Amino acid sequence: MNGEPHPLGVGLARRTIWGRSLRVLGFGPFVAALLIAILAAGAPGGARAGDAQPITVAADDSSDAATPDADTQGSDDTGTSTDEGDKTPAAAPVVINDFASAVKALNADDADVKAKAVQFLGAAGDARAIPVLQAMAADGLFATKDGALVYADRDTFRDALTGKEVPGLKSDDLSGISANNRLRGIVQGVIGQLGLFGPDPAIRRQAVAAIVSQPSPEGVAMLRQALGKETDPAAKAAMIDALALFDLADPDPAKRLAAIKLLAGSTDPNVAGMLKHLLETEKDPAVQAAADKAVSSIRFRVGLIDIGVNLFEGLSLGSILLLAAIGLSVTFGVMGVINMAHGEMIMLGAYTAYVTQRAFAAWLPFGMMDFYLPVAVPVAFLVTAGIGMALERTVIRFLYGRPLETLLSTWGISLILQQAVRSIFGPDNQAVANPSWMTGGMDLAGGFTLTWNRLVIIFFCLAVLGALAAVLRYSSFGLHMRAVAQNRPMAAAMGIRTGRVDALTFAVGSGIAGTAGVALSQIGNVSPNLGQTYIVDSFMVVVFGGVGSLWGTLLGAGTLGIVNKLLEPFAGAILGKVVVLVLIILFIQRRPRGLFALRGRSVE
Amino acid sequence: MTSLARRILMPDDRRFWLVFVVVSALVLLVPVLNLVLPDDVGIRPPNWMIPLFGKYLCYAMLALALDLVWGFCGVLSLGHGAFFALGGYAFGMYLMRQIGTRGVYGNPVLPDFMVFLAYKHLPWYWLGFNHFWFAAIMVVLIPGLLALVFGYFAFRSRITGVYLSIITQAMTYALLLAFFRNDMGMGGNNGLTDFKDMLGYNLQAEQTKVGLYVASAIALALSLILCRFIVSSKLGRVMQGVRDAEARVRFLGYSSTNVKLFAFVLSAMLAGIAGALYVPQVGIINPSEFSPANSIEVAIWVAVGGRGTLLGPILGAWVVNYAKTYLTGAAPEIWLFFLGALFILVTLLLPKGIVGALRQMRRGTPVPPDPAPLTEEPGESHA
Repeated sequence: MNGEPHPLGVGLARRTIWGRSLRVLGFGPFVAALLIAILAAGAPGGARAGDAQPITVAADDSSDAATPDADTQGSDDTGTSTDEGDKTPAAAPVVINDFASAVKALNADDADVKAKAVQFLGAAGDARAIPVLQAMAADGLFATKDGALVYADRDTFRDALTGKEVPGLKSDDLSGISANNRLRGIVQGVIGQLGLFGPDPAIRRQAVAAIVSQPSPEGVAMLRQALGKETDPAAKAAMIDALALFDLADPDPAKRLAAIKLLAGSTDPNVAGMLKHLLETEKDPAVQAAADKAVSSIRFRVGLIDIGVNLFEGLSLGSILLLAAIGLSVTFGVMGVINMAHGEMIMLGAYTAYVTQRAFAAWLPFGMMDFYLPVAVPVAFLVTAGIGMALERTVIRFLYGRPLETLLSTWGISLILQQAVRSIFGPDNQAVANPSWMTGGMDLAGGFTLTWNRLVIIFFCLAVLGALAAVLRYSSFGLHMRAVAQNRPMAAAMGIRTGRVDALTFAVGSGIAGTAGVALSQIGNVSPNLGQTYIVDSFMVVVFGGVGSLWGTLLGAGTLGIVNKLLEPFAGAILGKVVVLVLIILFIQRRPRGLFALRGRSVE
Repeated sequence: MTSLARRILMPDDRRFWLVFVVVSALVLLVPVLNLVLPDDVGIRPPNWMIPLFGKYLCYAMLALALDLVWGFCGVLSLGHGAFFALGGYAFGMYLMRQIGTRGVYGNPVLPDFMVFLAYKHLPWYWLGFNHFWFAAIMVVLIPGLLALVFGYFAFRSRITGVYLSIITQAMTYALLLAFFRNDMGMGGNNGLTDFKDMLGYNLQAEQTKVGLYVASAIALALSLILCRFIVSSKLGRVMQGVRDAEARVRFLGYSSTNVKLFAFVLSAMLAGIAGALYVPQVGIINPSEFSPANSIEVAIWVAVGGRGTLLGPILGAWVVNYAKTYLTGAAPEIWLFFLGALFILVTLLLPKGIVGALRQMRRGTPVPPDPAPLTEEPGESHA
């Protein structure tokens, strides 16, 4: 609003709507000339060519819309009546003064006339216009043979004026109403404004935000008008806020003060910015103090919401860390082996998702694309589990009892896997698209959006954790695993084939890492270095939570993820990470075996 | 020969001194031939070879430092690259201050990157680095201090084995992230570079390069003799006891914490000196030296050469890095495959490295299929 030359207010609203109507009815030189010819001496001398006077007809329409111009138009002008059934609007002077006539004018031959009609519909603020205009933008508006307009609504056609279904229409009977690009642009803009009157409160709020971001006197007027009809409390609040924003530029200090009081409840950082801006020029001390207080209270609330956002992001980061670390924790708990190639299992899982997606795109119909992810998860599990088992059988089993050597040899494996992937797929990032059901998100108050992909990942991780816990607890394989983890020689003496348990454990750990890779592919790009970026963090989770403990891993991953994200705004992403690493190094001073240390005979 | 010198040098070990003299002669032959022979003689080592081999000497010293803690004390540090880089940064700061007004911005006090980042004053931790002696002390002191603090906390709470390895890796990772930041005042992503001269000698001159090469060789020789003295002393015996059976050593009344701390700090100081000699020869120090992968690579040099031997890590560093230089030039894609295979094959087939295998061959005993683990007691190996 700053820099806007007009003083704003109710009076302005009346004026601008008047002005709007003037411009809406300015049909361009061609129509203006026609009108002037018809009106003869009717036009006032000062009128510019483009600003033709509004023309009213005898009100005979059945529209009950409270059109804004009904009370603002000077009705003393000379009017020209048009025939309601006129089938060739461009041939005769076009008069647009209500919903019905404006809709009819959409079928005009002249693009300018159409544009004026669209703008009139926008200014009128009639919600009935929305489906009509939307249909027009989508080439779904048609004229029947008798001149009535209908729009396509799925498989049926509806009357443009009444919105009632028109049965028995065939597409052969219809002629499409064309729109050029300029007109489409106007239509889109008007649809945006008309969103204020639409049935969906969320869209109405979006429309309010659009008006605030591009302030115009017309927008303010529309807002006032919409506010009267608004029933949804959230949308109403948004409108009141928006109007208060405009009132900030009001010359009357009392008004500004009232506006500030209203705005103090906002959660929009832009509002705080505008108030701050106001403070720079404000002279009135009372207003100044109020604005100051409002700014700080808004900042506080915005800060709270930011914390909420960070908590959510921390949870989602933590859930990925959980998936990445769980396999590491299990293999170390059971086998005493640190698998440095674990990160590469994540990377291979992500590439499996990438390949699955490409395979779906290449060989299956497009509609199947959404289902590539449920396929990619088990495929990634099997691929990485197979690779993990092969590694265990060929390399790692020869190194049991020598954890440091295992660490080095698995590092060698990770180098080879990385370079292999780089040679096959190239060193560049590959993008994996979300399926459509994972795009978008759930809007909560104050710009706090829970994105579906992160939500799905959180639940997926919990599901994997639950499945693993169930396997460990209830299956005979889980029983053997726990036995080997607690006391290997005794388990072997009891007839458990420890070698087989080791191989399967390694396979399961690697497989879970593979599913973690699929999850990662949904929130970022896939690259050969993907594993490296997560491996240190997952080690930290294991060290923090305690080796071999599922609950320790869960708690460790959640804590690290959230602490990381909470520190980010204060310390920056990099310094936050450094602080977390230092904290962990200090933490394991007190608990060298992590939060949940394994208790058993194997422990020192 | 006084008894102290005799104890330090141990001249009776003829085999060691034979190898020492032969290797030293070979190492020194390179610069001598380079300086003495005219350009057109075929066997004259080319100029580029001097800083390259000088770099290998620094790597060898780093490997020796790691061997002291890993091979002789059982502490596998995967963060030794951090001490190396810190020494390098400390000396790089001195070299940076020597640029003076010859920088792009011509500021007599502030290095170019600080002018670029709109620094008004030199940060306090840069003060004093215009003196060579100060930088030389810091090269040893900063890595030593970090090792002291870090090691004190780690060893005191008895973090051993892979836990310690991971924590050291986290340490170097944290430093990597920290040095990437521009706010650190260490040149951020680009690090420190564009050095002009040290102690008044132009770094681009051939004679300076030869001088640095010789200095690296001497530093390596001295640290070799120092490490040899330590590991054959009583302290060294305790160190090896900690490596093979830490709990038993503790029960015998030794403080395994202090023993490990001593080895760790000394090792970090040696690594710092190696880094300081490395920087003027390669002409740059940047945060990538902190990357965990670099530190793990040092472990493979030691493993290839033979940990728990003194000449092994030197040989290993030389062999692996020569292979790296050759392979990254000839077939860059192959290098990581080769390095990865080296990690696997050495741990599987050559657990005592080249030197260990040679020793066993000399003694005539066949290499046992599963040599006694050099890490921890079986009871401790599983956490």
